[in-house]
Amino acid sequence: MNLVKKIMGAVVGLGAGLAISAGAALAAGHEPLKVGFVYVGPVGDFGWTHTHDLGRKAVEEAFGDKVETSFVENVAEGPDAERVIRQMAQSGHDLIFTTSFGFMNPTVKVAKQFPDVKFEHATGFKRDDNVSTYSARFYEGRHVIGLIAGQMTETNTIGYIASFPIPEVVRGINSAYLAAKSVNPDVQFKIVWVNTWFDPGKESEAANALIEQGADIIMQHTDSAAAMTIAEEKGVMAFGQASDMGSFGPNAQLTGIIDEWGPYYVARTQAVMDGTWESMDTWDGIKDGMVEFAPYNENLPKDVVALAEWARLGIMLEKIHPFTGPINKQDGTPWLAEGETASDGDLLGMNFYVEGIDGVLPN
Amino acid sequence: MDLSVLNPVQIMVALIIASTPVLFAALGELVVEKSGVLNLGVEGMMIVGAIGGFATGAATGSLWLAVLAGAGAGALLALLFAVMTQYLMSNQVATGLALTLFGLGVAALAGQNFAGVTLDVAVRLDVPGLTDLPVVGSLLFGHDPLIYLSIFMTIAVWWFLNRSRAGLNLRAIGENHDAAHAIGYSVRLTRVAAILFGGAMAGVGGAYLSVIATPLWVEGMTAGRGWIALAIVVFAAWKPGRALLGAYLFGGVTIIQLNLQALGVPIESQYLSMTPYLATIVVLVVISADKARARLNAPACLGKPFYASS
Repeated sequence: MNLVKKIMGAVVGLGAGLAISAGAALAAGHEPLKVGFVYVGPVGDFGWTHTHDLGRKAVEEAFGDKVETSFVENVAEGPDAERVIRQMAQSGHDLIFTTSFGFMNPTVKVAKQFPDVKFEHATGFKRDDNVSTYSARFYEGRHVIGLIAGQMTETNTIGYIASFPIPEVVRGINSAYLAAKSVNPDVQFKIVWVNTWFDPGKESEAANALIEQGADIIMQHTDSAAAMTIAEEKGVMAFGQASDMGSFGPNAQLTGIIDEWGPYYVARTQAVMDGTWESMDTWDGIKDGMVEFAPYNENLPKDVVALAEWARLGIMLEKIHPFTGPINKQDGTPWLAEGETASDGDLLGMNFYVEGIDGVLPN
Repeated sequence: MDLSVLNPVQIMVALIIASTPVLFAALGELVVEKSGVLNLGVEGMMIVGAIGGFATGAATGSLWLAVLAGAGAGALLALLFAVMTQYLMSNQVATGLALTLFGLGVAALAGQNFAGVTLDVAVRLDVPGLTDLPVVGSLLFGHDPLIYLSIFMTIAVWWFLNRSRAGLNLRAIGENHDAAHAIGYSVRLTRVAAILFGGAMAGVGGAYLSVIATPLWVEGMTAGRGWIALAIVVFAAWKPGRALLGAYLFGGVTIIQLNLQALGVPIESQYLSMTPYLATIVVLVVISADKARARLNAPACLGKPFYASS
């Protein structure tokens, strides 16, 4: 499929290129900046990859003929990724975004071989002279949905479909749990690891298992809308992930955390054009508009919405930090003292559950 | 840990739903391989079945039309494979792999307008009075009709292969196509028919996934189930009853694993995820270690091209 799309993309690109060559772009000696994107899932996943592709489209919209974007979707994390990234670098891309945690090592490796190409890796922590990293503070969004979940659950059981036990995902679980617990001391999280970012069948099986075991709210950290579909069918509540999944669960979706990559992608593309691009680490959240929310479900009580909005604004104004002490680790050892907030370093390396969460964190 | 929240009947039902797409595809591929053809395009045929079924279901609201469309889409893709491998004599392994890639691409293209569409055509077979029986009622009745169809097809495929004349011919062709040809059986036509059947079954499996099990369409939603179906055929040693067992085992491991996790049982989910594949490898080793057994099981002409002598 990738091949078909790439060939079609190449043909379209060639056509566009020829059209432009008659115009001003080439006459003025400007070649369009080539921006490439490597995706872990399909652009039609209505989740994680979908939002990155919206970001790519925002770049096209912002720069018109001055950029040429391309993407490869469904790239498996591992050796395949390295091949795809290298191929992109070889084919004259100036800026390459690799949008999954598992692309980290391949990105850094290829970047060493192509010092003139700029690389941007999402959600990772390894940087180089020509490798930047960027991510969003999704845990801020998780804090808000955790508050809603804690108030809305009637069974006091929240089901959580998790992908891989990496800090990003663990942080989300902890943030949502602490928020839910703060408004509902009896709340309990049931966490299921599915070991995949994208497998709609397995995601829906996990949702079914959680609902059967009493969860009346489903949270997910996987990429498809399958769990939302199941929640709608079974009459329980859920939160959209990465994209607005309201069309899959018009009754079920309470709200959703939406990733907004467009502004960042536009800014970085601009930086390459201006020659001001530098390797850096970006971690933006609600304040910078990288984390947004789907509309609140109209059946949510007013006070629940009010508290959620209060938290959202509090985070935006930096009055609220989702990880504010006292917080103990799962085994009871103290982590944050009263009033202390977690450092970014602690958050980025988080590999433990906080106190109160049942179950063992897989390695 | 509170084991009482686990409802064995519900787990059983979830297990069957999870296994049914794979079971359909495996039964189809089993017949194909019994005829001596190796079609590695199961994943591709499943995904076109998934979008074909989903699109038809969304347009008509009819479960049966959706299933038929899924079968048709799968068979159509299989026809391509049949023409390439049986008439143009292309390599079966390469063609099968290409079929998977092609199927994924075609399905993504065809499904562009269906991402985000929802449908509700799951017609449940509710048998009044019976569904309310404890345990047995909810275990045996009240499911979607395709589950019953999958079990019926298991029996039908077994009957066809072992008890019917046509099935005997098909097996003969799979074991020794030259001899079968010499005594006047039509090797090509039989194989084409088997390939089309395999495609239709994979298509139904895909449609089951997109229309009933996870009622939505997303690109790549089969997520490797076609490959699992191929593994199950080997695991089952080309026997339909064992294919059913194998499919339920594969599905069961997933479902039980998810349920145990939700309960908070400290297991490394990766190990459980691996077990079906390990079991397949073990079976492969066992049947290939013993020559006599290997000959009994794997069709002797599996994957070999057939050139009709004039």
